[in-house]
Amino acid sequence: MGRGVAGSVRLTLWAAPIILEHNMNIWNDNGEISRKLAVLRGALASHGLERPAAERIAPLGHPGADACLNGGLARGALHEVFAGAPGQEAAASGFALALAVRVLTKHKWLLWIRQDFSALESGEIYGAGLRELGLDPSRALMLHAPDAEAVLRAAGDALDCKGLGAVVIEPWGEPKIFDLVASRRLTLAAAKHNVTAILLRPGAEPSPSAAETRWLVRAAPSPPDDDWGAPLFDVSLARNRHGPLGHWVMEWDQDESIFRTAHHGALAAAIADRPAEAALECHRQAG
Amino acid sequence: MPTDRLKRRWNATGRRDERPLVVAAKIDNALRLSAVDAKAAKLGLAPGRALADARAMIPELAVIGANEKADLKLLEAIADWCERYTPLCALDAPHGLLLDVTGAAHLFGGEQAMLSEIRRAIGSQGFAVRLALAGTAVAARALAHYAPGTIVTPGGEADAVAKLPVEALQADHTIVHALRRAGLKTIGQIAARQRSELTARFGSAFVTLLDCALGKAETPLNPRNPLPDCMAERRFAEPVVTEAVIAETILSLAAAVASVLEKRGQGARRIEACFFRADGATRRIAIETGAAVRDPAIVGRLLREKLDALSDPLDPGFGFDLIRLSVSLAQAAQAPATGFDTNENDKDIAFLIDRLAARFGAHRISRFLQQDTHIPEAEAVTIPAQEKPKLEWSARAKGEPPRRPLRLFARPEPIEVLSEAPDGPPLRFRWRRAAHNVSRAEGPERIAMEWWRAPQPTRDYFRVEDEAGHRFWLYRDGIPAREIAHPRWYVHGVFA
Repeated sequence: MGRGVAGSVRLTLWAAPIILEHNMNIWNDNGEISRKLAVLRGALASHGLERPAAERIAPLGHPGADACLNGGLARGALHEVFAGAPGQEAAASGFALALAVRVLTKHKWLLWIRQDFSALESGEIYGAGLRELGLDPSRALMLHAPDAEAVLRAAGDALDCKGLGAVVIEPWGEPKIFDLVASRRLTLAAAKHNVTAILLRPGAEPSPSAAETRWLVRAAPSPPDDDWGAPLFDVSLARNRHGPLGHWVMEWDQDESIFRTAHHGALAAAIADRPAEAALECHRQAG
Repeated sequence: MPTDRLKRRWNATGRRDERPLVVAAKIDNALRLSAVDAKAAKLGLAPGRALADARAMIPELAVIGANEKADLKLLEAIADWCERYTPLCALDAPHGLLLDVTGAAHLFGGEQAMLSEIRRAIGSQGFAVRLALAGTAVAARALAHYAPGTIVTPGGEADAVAKLPVEALQADHTIVHALRRAGLKTIGQIAARQRSELTARFGSAFVTLLDCALGKAETPLNPRNPLPDCMAERRFAEPVVTEAVIAETILSLAAAVASVLEKRGQGARRIEACFFRADGATRRIAIETGAAVRDPAIVGRLLREKLDALSDPLDPGFGFDLIRLSVSLAQAAQAPATGFDTNENDKDIAFLIDRLAARFGAHRISRFLQQDTHIPEAEAVTIPAQEKPKLEWSARAKGEPPRRPLRLFARPEPIEVLSEAPDGPPLRFRWRRAAHNVSRAEGPERIAMEWWRAPQPTRDYFRVEDEAGHRFWLYRDGIPAREIAHPRWYVHGVFA
């Protein structure tokens, strides 16, 4: 009897946040709903039905981005990384790797699934380069898939493996198979064992998907008077299912494996010029 | 057998030919018969007769040229099929097979029952077959040719072969000729002679052959497939077709194999599933694992992955009547340590690697290996993940910006570069038809090639950033003026 009652309590608690989250616009609220949500989440966690916040969320370290993301990047979800402009694939892959390093917990592995064509077009992933960005290459696996279909299939297999912390999925271009349905499937698979899926889309334009977040990444120039330093990313958060969007310049600190605010006044000015420049570039392409 | 092969094909294509059939081949520079069918044999033809004589005797003879390759292929297919009786199966070219049925006969209801079963099964496929069973391969072969159907009781070889003609030994024909000239017509007569006389006249190899025929010595069989370390099989009275039954069978076989392996403290590294189709075709599916496994669930899943990924799927046809699972490579398996989540993790990863390898091929899933060299393309290489060397990476120097690019081109791409001084950093370069103005450059980092290998110019590497913030790893191939007058420039990688 007692067991049955407990079961029904769990069910109601489980259903509540899903309905609330689908109503969206929580972040615009006066805080009432999000407080209720936190209470419900705590109740779920105490019943062992939801993972504690530390397991669920990986703070990026950049205050602005973390605020938008309600504390950090969600683990066990699908995140998309696109190049912010043609020719920015290298920056996008570096940012994708940085996100993966952030979500990896101790002892967990990283699997990078690439379509063969990607390696031809933009170079092989270099083990020493992984280390330079703060990943231990001995816990990294690489899968070369012959085509987009194999990439998607392998991603499904990989997200089923509890030993992985993150999977970087890198098809090339815009294969039809990576559609809304595929992204839903990946989202569900990622949630199953709390393995984070990072879909890196070189040579593709954003399209509708079920991803938790979508990032458009460009390389940001180093501050004029500085030496060659840590990688700088000019990122815009173009989709966020549970919060507002944003646009920042982030610095990747490869020693601490964490994002930081780029802290140069001169740099900010340089960035401020960019939208106009980008528009011009688009215009030039169209013409 | 060659005539049977032809007739099987004719039957399949609907060709009717009632004439006596012979197969001719060039033997000793003359066209001679190499095989005759039953009708031709009844008319007095035998292999070895000149074709011209045969034609003169029987004008309506159907003659086909010999095709040794096709014969051998057929013989191998039959040998594959025969592995349902014993895993030790050897070819006895051109037309024979040797099966070592030691310890297997009782599975088929005794030696007599086994022989009649094989005769029936092969005969129903359209082959004329002669069988004999003896303690040694040579005796069995002699009996099969000259007294088919004989089953020799252990130790009875000498009596059984005594009456056979000397040709039954299949010795060199000069020896046979010499024996006949000496008046020795049967094996029994030879056996009665002094060993020393025979050795002096025909050599020790012949005496060994004789001893084998008499059951006094034994030559080992040379099986086509190495004997598996351990195997399990299941026979079906009714051939099975459905996937569910096949999967279920594989699981139960894997469990049977696992219990044997567990007793030995071993695990399987290479597992082969062999499917025997009711109509004679056999199909082998092999998987390899990175670490020794014996968990039936894992073996079953890996095999299913492999079956799913086959480019030509497993075709049950009219059904499989025998499924066998054999472990062709077993290794000592360490007792699983439990209690640490790292081990649990690594076990999951090992299974994932095997799974992906079974599906996409072992070369496609790889890990990164650090090597003790400064040459960039050799410093970090990828190796198949199923090979398990100890992978340890030295820690990176803290406080330094990234010194190596995230992506490296397998072939460095040539670029046009404008630089201030011949040995200075680049100012502007053109790569993939786009111009880049360098806003900052770090370098050179001079990397000398290993002189003890092929001599190559020294490379000066520069880390450069263009005005848009793209970062490249460029190098100049050779020291200007010292090694090469006008060295070329290359893009070797791109930084994040």
